[in-house]
Amino acid sequence: MSPLNQEPSTRELIEARRKKKTVGDRVERMIPSILFVITSLSVLTTIGIVITLFSETFEFFKRVPILEFLTTTTLKPLSENPQFGVLPLIAGTFWSSLIAMLVAIPIGLMTAIYLSEYASQRVRKRFKPMLEILAGVPTIVYGFFAFTFVTPLLKQLIPGLESTNILSPGIVMGVMIIPMVASLSEDAMSSVPQAMREGALGLGATKLEVTRKVVIPAALSGIIASFVLGLSRAIGETMIVTIASGSTKNFTFDVTQSMQTMTAYIVEVTGGDAPAGSTVYYSLYAVAMTLFLFTLLMNVFARYVSRKFREVY
Amino acid sequence: MEQAEVMVHVEKRLNRRLMSNKIGRFVFLLATLFGLFVLALLLYRVVSEGWSYINWSFLTGKLSTDPNRAGIFGAILGTLWLMAVVAPVTMILGVATAIYLEMYARPNKLTELIQTNIANLAGVPSIVYGILGLTVFVRLMDLGNVVLAGGLTMSLLILPIVIVASQEALRAVPSYLSEGSLGMGATKWQTIRSVVLPVALPGILTGAILALSRAIGETAPLVVIGIPALLIPLPGSIFDKFTVLPMQVYYWTLDSSLVAEYANLAAATIIVLLLVLLLLNSIAIVVRNKFTKRF
Repeated sequence: MSPLNQEPSTRELIEARRKKKTVGDRVERMIPSILFVITSLSVLTTIGIVITLFSETFEFFKRVPILEFLTTTTLKPLSENPQFGVLPLIAGTFWSSLIAMLVAIPIGLMTAIYLSEYASQRVRKRFKPMLEILAGVPTIVYGFFAFTFVTPLLKQLIPGLESTNILSPGIVMGVMIIPMVASLSEDAMSSVPQAMREGALGLGATKLEVTRKVVIPAALSGIIASFVLGLSRAIGETMIVTIASGSTKNFTFDVTQSMQTMTAYIVEVTGGDAPAGSTVYYSLYAVAMTLFLFTLLMNVFARYVSRKFREVY
Repeated sequence: MEQAEVMVHVEKRLNRRLMSNKIGRFVFLLATLFGLFVLALLLYRVVSEGWSYINWSFLTGKLSTDPNRAGIFGAILGTLWLMAVVAPVTMILGVATAIYLEMYARPNKLTELIQTNIANLAGVPSIVYGILGLTVFVRLMDLGNVVLAGGLTMSLLILPIVIVASQEALRAVPSYLSEGSLGMGATKWQTIRSVVLPVALPGILTGAILALSRAIGETAPLVVIGIPALLIPLPGSIFDKFTVLPMQVYYWTLDSSLVAEYANLAAATIIVLLLVLLLLNSIAIVVRNKFTKRF
């Protein structure tokens, strides 16, 4: 560098600027770490759920053997001689979910077929927001509807129906799940390429045949995933069954009777001020753990099905 | 002669196929209308039961065991307090997580794990979040069943929804915008802050408002953390006990077998709750349609 030329070159200016660490630079370097810490919160939530459920469930199984919990058909947490069998709750959850799916699967799938295959663009645009409203109604409102309207209505048809029963909340829960099954199935069916439909239509197939033999087989993985996700939703649903199916811990096949689901049991125990440290208190976590495992398994399965068996065109 | 017979046969078959297609179309339409029919029935039922009970003293009055004097002001206030906790917490945590995952995270196993984890969290029943809230916020951190504990529980519940919606909004920002900004010499964070986020904001807000409306209607986690059914003083801060609209619906519905008029009060509360949700959803639609820029 010649001593005459005191002006630093542009390159030197840039180098100097690079060496100087400004506040902005520091922020720039810290941001990813801060964001990562916040992101890890979501993982922490999962860990929190698992640790909470595991440790308290473990405590419960020290008092009540796991085999007894899983095979006993009576649940009497507050009697002199308490018995902790989860089977009555599983029965309640099984029946309410089964009834719900008997409503949601056929109607949801048929709705999806209509919207995806038959309805015009204009009609579809009208119907879809209305289904979204149905999906957006809070579950407590469905609970109110089941308890004060559907149950009295069913009572007129089925004389032996108890005022709290598993049938009415099951049906209402099914209605609640219709939009979920419909919109997920419709997504799967809409993503079947138009060329495949046109090919079949060109060979003289009717729309019904195209739907049955081309569209549904092609979209089957997505459709099954929608069923499984709907079922998982039914198993985890709380307020409808808490309000409308009562708290009788019944191990029965009679859906006109009051039965308690796993979720409703959790509500009953937490609402009933079970003293922390009592066996009843710990039973809450064992039931929640069962519920958590059931729903997790279904969600993982649904994702596996829709990914593994997806037909790619 | 033989040909004519074949033609008749073909005709018959064709008619049958066309007929079943028509029947199918009709049945599928009926199924679609069934959901809407139940929705209409539900709304009609709620409005006819509750409308006459809505008046000024119901909206501004305190809770009472006397159906004629009972008001839901405490529940409305409690819902607002709950929103005051849930909205900022989920916005900050949700958007930060989405920015990290979309802008900074490398596509490796860890990122995949986080993404899978968020998808799984969205499928965890709300009542399990209630148990987490009860154990961690109410008991372990000893907050008690106050607004803050309820708000944090609800925040965890809707966080996955906000994250996924924000991620979609960020992904929808055209890459040439950020490339232009980077090309002009802006740093990554400057680009995110001043170019990407403003464009993605309407989408993020829409998702956040919809998630918030889920939190407002949700009951199960709050039942589990133990929101009292007793007459409590109006909440004045996030450390006060509170009740919310859906909780009020829950207790009144349960007790409607004792006092018939409680069913009407529950219906009236549902109307208020649905109006709040309608308002929020309208805001979300306005935000989405008015402020979304198209490129």
